[in-house]
Amino acid sequence: MTAQASEGPSGSAGQNGDVLTVEHVAKRFGAVTALVDVNMRLAHGEVLGLIGDNGAGKSTLLKILCGFQQPDSGRIVLHGEEVTLKSVDHARSLGIDAVYQDLALIDQLSVYHNIFLNRERVRWPLLSNRTMRKLARERLDDMGIGLQSVDLPVARLSGGQRQAIAVARAVYSEAKILLLDEPLAAMGAKEAALILDLIRDLKSRGDVSVIVIAHNYGQVLEICDRVNLLQHGGITLDKPSRDTSVQELNDIVIAEYRRALEERQRAVG
Amino acid sequence: MLGRLREAGARLVRQREATVFVVVLLLIVYFGFISTAGRSTFFTRVDLVNLTQIAAPIIIIAIGEVLLLICGEIDLSPGFVYLFAPFLMHYLIDFYHVPAILAIVLSLVFGAAVGWINAFLTVNVGLPSFITTLGTGFILWGLTLTTCHDEQANIPGSTVTIGRYLGSDAWSEIIWAVVLVVIFHVVLTRTRWGLHTIAVGGNQLGAREAGVNVARIKYGNFMITGVMGAFVGLQIAFQTSIIDPSAGQYLPMFYSVAAAVIGGTAMLGGSGTMIGAFLGAAMLAVLTDGFDVLGVSANPYNIILGGTILVAMVANVQLTRLRGAGRAR
Repeated sequence: MTAQASEGPSGSAGQNGDVLTVEHVAKRFGAVTALVDVNMRLAHGEVLGLIGDNGAGKSTLLKILCGFQQPDSGRIVLHGEEVTLKSVDHARSLGIDAVYQDLALIDQLSVYHNIFLNRERVRWPLLSNRTMRKLARERLDDMGIGLQSVDLPVARLSGGQRQAIAVARAVYSEAKILLLDEPLAAMGAKEAALILDLIRDLKSRGDVSVIVIAHNYGQVLEICDRVNLLQHGGITLDKPSRDTSVQELNDIVIAEYRRALEERQRAVG
Repeated sequence: MLGRLREAGARLVRQREATVFVVVLLLIVYFGFISTAGRSTFFTRVDLVNLTQIAAPIIIIAIGEVLLLICGEIDLSPGFVYLFAPFLMHYLIDFYHVPAILAIVLSLVFGAAVGWINAFLTVNVGLPSFITTLGTGFILWGLTLTTCHDEQANIPGSTVTIGRYLGSDAWSEIIWAVVLVVIFHVVLTRTRWGLHTIAVGGNQLGAREAGVNVARIKYGNFMITGVMGAFVGLQIAFQTSIIDPSAGQYLPMFYSVAAAVIGGTAMLGGSGTMIGAFLGAAMLAVLTDGFDVLGVSANPYNIILGGTILVAMVANVQLTRLRGAGRAR
């Protein structure tokens, strides 16, 4: 009925089955070095958990992968080809989409306008509001997100509902690579279960690869195939979820805290 | 059917513009039917033309201000574009022998150029738009007075015909104002441009993360405002047949921003409507014209106008709170 937004490329993988590899990526902001030398890979259909301390640069890495920021050096290889992600739009056109920690929702706009923000269905020059409303309704029902009305401004939704809308928006983009920055933050157990289900559902489809940033290691191990730890500007641990445990991940983080504490004591003493 | 009507009624009450609409109606009733002086003059043709000629410039500049306020900016300079644009047309035609239509178009393009500079300084250099447009406004003011030696000029003879369509015919200004309001109402509510303008003002970082081209939206809205300022300046020049170095300046901008805010546009961005600004301008115009009809002198007029703006705003804030409570149920 209306012009379909261009779909992302089909999820053809590189030679070794990786859809995305990050090689020697570095990024600094003035005096602050966020990323020193990041090497990471994401396999086709895989859910990768990215963990690390606050300020370790997880969000920065994610913003580089979705085209919001550009790395100072290093390579990003997508489906076996090196790419320079110039903008969020550019990354999207290549099939990469993200859910940011701040959700990037516009309080004043309705649920369906938020879901379609910047990929509105248009019958030039006017917005096809009816089409967008209907599609948003269908998609939210499909995903089991119960909302009375997609016409509500998102300001009226609960924290969990807002999160769900943001995730729905990214899933709706039919991206082949999804980046989720703390999708479970600000959520009660019930709402978190909804998002976890969503991610599982994505995984079962098999053609979407996901990177999830999360703090709850139990949840990470439950939904992720593999875990990467970002520390001191690089990936310091890369293990399949079945080969590690909440205990091991906790120990690493506790060790890091202990080191920081000792350093501080030395500096003070 | 009845239910539909009731629903429409409830929706009207929820609309912020409804309050302003009621106020405008009450003012018209007061000035037109109740006051003895008003009864004989308010609804005469001469007075209605006068009323529309007060409202139209406010409405047209308010269109630009609404767009800018929604996307989180403000423009203090359109009154100075208004001042300079007709002089520019006069210089082009009388000193450089440019054809009338081209000179008019170039004057509008000049308005867009001022908007572009305002946007560049605000978006790329990072100045607050309040400061940017304060500066460009003063520059335009000085530029006008310097180039015209503080002397008024006559409308070039070659523009008289086209001028009739633009501003000198009795109803031309209000027709332009209504047509522009309708067009920009559609732009704001039914197009990507409008949606993205709201998104930028509602959550600038979020809009950027969603891939909205924030800079483009701001450049566009500053340029629209510049063109509106230039257009109104030309219209007034045609209407009065004189290009006046004391025209424009800050007052049209203040009236327009007031109209926008009275009509429910948020100073902090994210929401606002063209219809609201239209009604806000109508309210200001009816007040101005009504006091004129009653013979209230200009001196206490501003006290009453200021008070009215404050009362309208307090009422709006309270009503918004009530509406919020009603919706949350």
